Formats: sequence, structure tokens, C-alpha cells
Amino acid sequence: MIPNGTKIRRRSVLLGAAGLAATMSSARAENKYGPGVTDTEIKIGNTNPYSGNASAYGANGRASAAYFRMVNEQGGINGRKINFISLDDAYSPPKTVELARQLVERDQVLLLFAPLGTAPNVAIHKYMNQKKVPQLFIASGASQWGDPKNYPWSMGWQPDYHTEGLIYAKHILKNVKNPTIAVLRQNDDFGMDYLNGFREGLGKDVDKLILQTATYEVTDPTVESQMLQLKNTNANVFFNITTPKFAAQSIKKAAEIGWRPAQYLVNVAASLGATLRPAGLENAQGILTAIYVKDPTDTKWKDAPDFVAWKAWMEKYNPNADMADGSNVTGYSFAWTLHQVLKACGNDLTRENVMLQAASMKALAAPMLLPGITLNTSATDFYPIKAVQMARLTVDHWELFGDLISRDG
Amino acid sequence: MAASATSWATRRGIGWWALAFWIFMLVLPLMGSAFPSESFDYYMFMGQSMMVYAIAVLGLNLLTGFNGQISLGHGAFFALGAYTAAILMIDFGWPYWATIPVVAIVCFGAGFLFGFPALKLESHYLALATFTLAIAVPQLLKHKSIAGWTGGVSGLVLEKPDPPFGLPISPDQFLFYFCLLMAMILFWAAFNLLRGRSGRAMMAIRDHGMAAGTMGIDTSLYKTITFGISALYTGIAGALSAITVAYVAPDSFALPLSIAFLVGLVVGGIGSLPGCLIGGAFLVLVQNWSQSLSDVLKETFSLQYDVPSWAIYGVLLLLLMYVMPTGIAGGVLRLRGAIAGRLRRVETVRSKPLVLQSEGEKH
Repeated sequence: MIPNGTKIRRRSVLLGAAGLAATMSSARAENKYGPGVTDTEIKIGNTNPYSGNASAYGANGRASAAYFRMVNEQGGINGRKINFISLDDAYSPPKTVELARQLVERDQVLLLFAPLGTAPNVAIHKYMNQKKVPQLFIASGASQWGDPKNYPWSMGWQPDYHTEGLIYAKHILKNVKNPTIAVLRQNDDFGMDYLNGFREGLGKDVDKLILQTATYEVTDPTVESQMLQLKNTNANVFFNITTPKFAAQSIKKAAEIGWRPAQYLVNVAASLGATLRPAGLENAQGILTAIYVKDPTDTKWKDAPDFVAWKAWMEKYNPNADMADGSNVTGYSFAWTLHQVLKACGNDLTRENVMLQAASMKALAAPMLLPGITLNTSATDFYPIKAVQMARLTVDHWELFGDLISRDG
Repeated sequence: MAASATSWATRRGIGWWALAFWIFMLVLPLMGSAFPSESFDYYMFMGQSMMVYAIAVLGLNLLTGFNGQISLGHGAFFALGAYTAAILMIDFGWPYWATIPVVAIVCFGAGFLFGFPALKLESHYLALATFTLAIAVPQLLKHKSIAGWTGGVSGLVLEKPDPPFGLPISPDQFLFYFCLLMAMILFWAAFNLLRGRSGRAMMAIRDHGMAAGTMGIDTSLYKTITFGISALYTGIAGALSAITVAYVAPDSFALPLSIAFLVGLVVGGIGSLPGCLIGGAFLVLVQNWSQSLSDVLKETFSLQYDVPSWAIYGVLLLLLMYVMPTGIAGGVLRLRGAIAGRLRRVETVRSKPLVLQSEGEKH
């Protein structure tokens, strides 16, 4: 396609101005472009918390930006450079609404890629679908993103929270004798989604099993008082539904006040760099989580080709970032996914075709996913990643155990 | 006689400017067809936000600028208006326009009631009391007991209204006109209120409360009613914001919003009606520009780190306060005065005899 385009352009120079005009119109007939796309550029919008209490997640946005820098340096996608406009919403839904509007209406982006956070994405869910602008590979695992019938312009990427919560519940029932459970939960849709799945998994005795659920606001400074409350229940299981800053605080606090339950930490807070090291690894030994990407601190992967490529990319394009932070893995991997989708679109870069290609992923092996996990979507299935594996914090990395557990299985 | 003639003349002068401004605003949305731009709807949205902020600043101005009561908590009334409108639209299926009168009544009531404790508090103490309102409201909105109505932290997503009667304009152009209509009504009402007896009473209380009382003005009544009217204005602005943004959430109404109103008031000009419009525009533009300016700075000086947009905002504010301590409206008037003074002086030099003659006439 590219050589063909060059040929046309060369001829048009010979033919002069009239010829140029004619080619431009013929080029337009050949290539179908949505807003934000030209022969040389694809404009992509993004929101991330670069400031505020969830700013640990900002690494995702920086990693994606670094990935697209690499793509651009290597010539772009079908000759088009990615213009990645990533703005700071501080994890505040009203700010996300404002920025989404700015990106879609003022900057005319082709799509919003991996906007981060459950509550921020809930706030723009309806708007994006009314405007028919892709809200693609949302960086949140809320189960509501997989609803192509009612929201055909929104698609998630990571395994959904509901299923993950359910998996922890089943694991507790199977492995903990006489479980009594205390839950710490962020007071928003992200926290609710996990808790609903968790409660479903615990079955009919759920209200006897869960002794107390404490909540906090993402704008709170600490969760110390909540942790004291939970400790007083003397529960032997602690289910920790938090974002990294609060996860680190709670794990540290539990150790300080001498509460030693079996701890389950949600995947989105399971970053070594952002949560567990700040909490103190000695306080975090034995914590359980479910993961789907390769833990970059696990030496087991050091020779895996995708890890080698990731590491080289980190050193060259994202040198200031923390190698131990899982956000640099996910940010890289979902940017890779968008790269494949845009490549598959060819020269039909309309919003419709982007969604069509995103919904046609078949066993796509994205880099840094655990062995055996691939991306699969269809017109009725908007959950790209459906499997996770349980892992236990051992010394300084996540030690995987058991089989892959999938959404349907 | 002379004094009233002068003030009438000034008022007529301002009237022409006001008329020109409102006509300009009426024509503005039609520019979309003259200069088609893909981002036109976004500019319309910015225009809506400016009017929303202008109305809110006007509400605060009535209280602070014209009645001398300081409020740091007007974000609370803004939130009350926004949530009242949103809940009426979502849970009761009301059309957007029908919510405005209800919002007006609810917010007037809330403001009036808050006006009573406010009577006991003077200046700084009142500022602190209202400050607590601004802090408490976002927390209250998140509270579990009312989360069924308010949507909790996630807030409420609204439907954006379509233009009625099949008008051939975009929803954003239509909403621009809707906000404009509300702004015109509210500014006209404020103008009339301030021009009359009540306005003079309000300002008398501001300038010297005790003297106003001895003149027979019921200061308590005026103060509480002013608080009510002020809350009504800000509440309507909140409702308009809910309608135009099509989303409300507790985080929108945190402390910075109340401070923003005060900034808009001070930047525009305390005790000035056109100043409210300037303040509203300032708040929207500064939000938009400080981020772009930060990006430009980063690129031109190829800085390693972002320049925080809040720092730019702060520097801008400092500069503005230094150059125009009475706000932009005050600054413009002063500038006009200075230019007029200079012209007069030039004229004096040129035509000395005439001046002597006229001075002689005065005596």
C-alpha cells in the first residue's frame, strides 16, 4: 500500500497542480478516514491519573506513550505516526468527563485509548457511546465493559473484577478452615464490582462469613482507622480491595498492629513497585493474588523472548520508570494490542472499523501475558482477557501456583 | 440635579455596551455556519460554561460585592442546584427546563435559612462558617444513606437535551442559547434589583451596617434575603452546569470550586455586573489555557518535567492582582478614566480661554 501511494505522489508532481488535486480526491476514495486520521497521523486520546491519590497508575499512561514513541521511531503504523494525547484527570470522574469532551470535540481524536479507572470510565461510558467514539481497551476491569449490545463502543482489556472476586472466594472456601472475613473496599464501582463477585462466590453463608466491610474514599489521606476496625473483628481472612497507595498503607498497618490473617490482594494493586515494596516486603509475605501478566521481578521469565523485548524497550524508551512496577507491563501490553488493531485496520481507519477489528481478535498472543493466556473477542464477546492464575508473594516476587482459571470455567 | 443627570448618562452608556454584548452573544452561535469548524461544538460548550460561571459569580457578587457578606462556600449551593436538577430529571423524569424554577425555590430556601446563623457572624467568621459548607457538601453527597438518589461517588449521568421544535441547530448551540436566555434574565433582574431601593439598602448595609439600621433599614431581613437570592443565582448556575455537562458527581463540587467563584469575583471586579461576565470567562479560559501554556513552556524550553498548570494559574493571578487590584472591570474603568483625563488635559492646554470661560460659568 505504501509503495503504491508513493508512486501516485510522484506522478502527481509530474502532472502539476491539477494532477495533485485529482490524486488527493482519489486517495480519499481509497482510504477511509475517521476524525483524527490523515495520511501521516493517527490522533489518539487518553486520560490517566498523573496526580492525586491514584497517581501510581499514571505509569500505565507513560508506558503507553513510550510504546508509541517506539512505534513512531520505527516508522509508525502503515506510515502514519501516532499522536498520543494523554491528559491528567487525577482519577476524578468530573475531570474525566471534561477531558473526554475536550479530546473528542476539540482535539478530534480517532478514539479514546485505555482511559484509566473504573469511576472515571463509568462517567464517560454513555457519552462515548452517544458520540459513537471508541472507548477502547479501558484500563479497568469492571464487568460492565463487556456489554456490546448496549454499549458497542466500549471495550475492556484485563480480566474482569467480578470474576476475580469470585475466584478469591472459591479459593478461601477451599483452603481456609472456618474462614471469617474482613474486607477493606474503595467506596466506588471498582470496589463494588469486586465485592459483588466475592459475595457471589461465598454462596449462601456470605453474611455469616464476612464479619465486616470497611470503606474508604479515594480522596482520603489514610486507611488507618479502617484497619483498626477490621483488626478488632479478629477475622482470619483479609480481602483487600484497594488501589496501590491504600494497599501499601493497609498491608503495612496490618503488620504494625499485629494482625496476621490470610491476605487476598486484588490484582490491580498487586504491583511490586507501587504497592508491596512501599509496604515493606517483610510485611507482605504470603499475600495471595490472581495475575495474568508476567511479574517483571520474577527471574523465571528472564529468558522469555517477550520479557527480553520488554526489558530492552524499558531501558531505551522508558528509562525513568520502575522495572518492578506492573503498570509498565500492562501499559506496554495494551498499547501493543492497539498497535495490532490499527495495523489490521489498514487504510480503513474509521471508528466503525476500529471497533470491528478490536472485536475480531483470535488467540492474539500479546507480549508479557502469562503462558496460555491470549486475547479473544467477537461481536458478542468484549472481554479480551478471560484467564488468571493464583500467585503467592514469596520473598521478592509472585510465585505462581495452580492452573489458569478462566472466566467461563 | 447634576448628579442624577451624570449617573443617568453613565447608565445609558453602560446600557449601550451591555446591549452590544448581548447581541454579540446572540449572533455568536450562528458563526458556526459562517466559519465551519469540527471543534465548533466544543467552543459552544466553553461558552456555556462561561455563562454558568458568570451566573454563579453574580450570585456571589450580590452577597459579597453588594452586601458585604463573605462566602467561601458557594460551591455548596451550586451543588444543591445541580443535584436538584439531576434528581428531578432522572428520578422524576422532568424535562430539563422545568427543573429551573424548582431549583430556584430550593436554593433560595436553603440560602435564606443559612442566612440566619450568618447574621450572628461578621466577615471572617462568616467566611469560615461558609467554608465548612464547602468542605462538608461533597462528603455528604457521597453518604450511603442518600447514595440511592445521588449515585454516590460515581455521580449521575444525564441525557443531554436535543433542540426543541426540530430547530436546525446542534444540541450545543441550543444549550448555548438556553444558558444565554437564563443569563440575560438573571443579569437583568440583578440590574433592576441593584438600581432600586433594595439595592441601595443592600449597599448601605455593606458600607455601614449600623448607619443603615438607624436609617430604618431592616438589616437582618435584607441580609437573609440577600443570602437567599445569592444562593438562588448560584443554584441555578449549578442546575445549568448539570444540564450542559450532563454529569454530576461529588468531586465536581469540592472546595476548589468555591474558591474559583471567589477568584472569578475578585478577578472580574467586586461590586461590578460586567465584572461577573469577565470573571466567568476568566475561570473557563484559565483552566483551558494554563494547561496549554504548560505544554508550550515544556516544549519551547525542552524541560524535563511538566510545569504544573496550577503554578501558572497562581502566577497569572498574582500578576493580575498587582496590575489591576480592583479586578478587570475596575481596571478597565480606571484605564478609561486615565485616558479621558489625559484627553481632557490635552484639550485644556489647547483651548485655554474656553476653560476659563466655563470655569467662570460654574461660579
